[in-house]
Amino acid sequence: MSGRRSRSKQSTVSRITDDQIADLVSKLQQLIPELRRRRFDKVSSSKVLQETCNYIRSLHREVEDLSDRLSQLLASTDSDSDQAAIIRSLLM
Amino acid sequence: MDLQTSNPNSLKSRFATRFLRALNQINARKPISSSSSPGEIFQRYRRIKVAADMSMAYSVRSRRTWSRATLWRLRTRSRRRRLASLGRRSSVKTRTTTAASHLAAVVVEKTSHGKENKEDDGGGVGVEAEELRELVPGGESMDLCNLLDETAHYIKCLTTQVQVMRTIANLYSLE
Repeated sequence: MSGRRSRSKQSTVSRITDDQIADLVSKLQQLIPELRRRRFDKVSSSKVLQETCNYIRSLHREVEDLSDRLSQLLASTDSDSDQAAIIRSLLM
Repeated sequence: MDLQTSNPNSLKSRFATRFLRALNQINARKPISSSSSPGEIFQRYRRIKVAADMSMAYSVRSRRTWSRATLWRLRTRSRRRRLASLGRRSSVKTRTTTAASHLAAVVVEKTSHGKENKEDDGGGVGVEAEELRELVPGGESMDLCNLLDETAHYIKCLTTQVQVMRTIANLYSLE
């Protein structure tokens, strides 16, 4: 009896959140450069998630590469406080 | 996404300020010379990467599950390292194993609860969602809706982080 109850509860939950999930997936699609151009094509949710994973991995790799680059660049600079102030003012 | 921002409270500004401060501290601590070992260079790279991730998580604070998970992970790791370097290895082992097993138990409990909802996924995205859970900090214990929401925010922050780091690197290399 409790199994039947929980099953119907689950189907109600899935009816409510199916649209939510589709909405969230389309929001993700806008953020991924690969898929942004294909906005009006039908891209499956699993493809969006797949591309999301690839995109996140590439972003992680970029952070690592930039950290590596910065570690080499920092070595060759003196007066960091001046440069830091300049950089900060340029970024704001 | 606008690249120019004059808002001092924007995520980009908050991250840039924190990260620059951290970079200064890292550089002041031990400047690299030509005689640095590869180990030292790698250590510096690690410190910079941790500073970048930490600065971004701090700029988001505890408003997001992923930032909380990142802060927790980085804080625990640094605490463990500090204790280990003080030589209290045996006590650290017991402490971390208890903490790790407790966390594992909590995560297992949460994911087994989450599995009941996974069968109701629209579009059968179970496998890809699993992959995503591993990439987004704290993803193991999120249901699908939260995971997608957190992922969107996480991606926005990652792209900001990359933008700022690239700008700083370009400016430093203009020497």
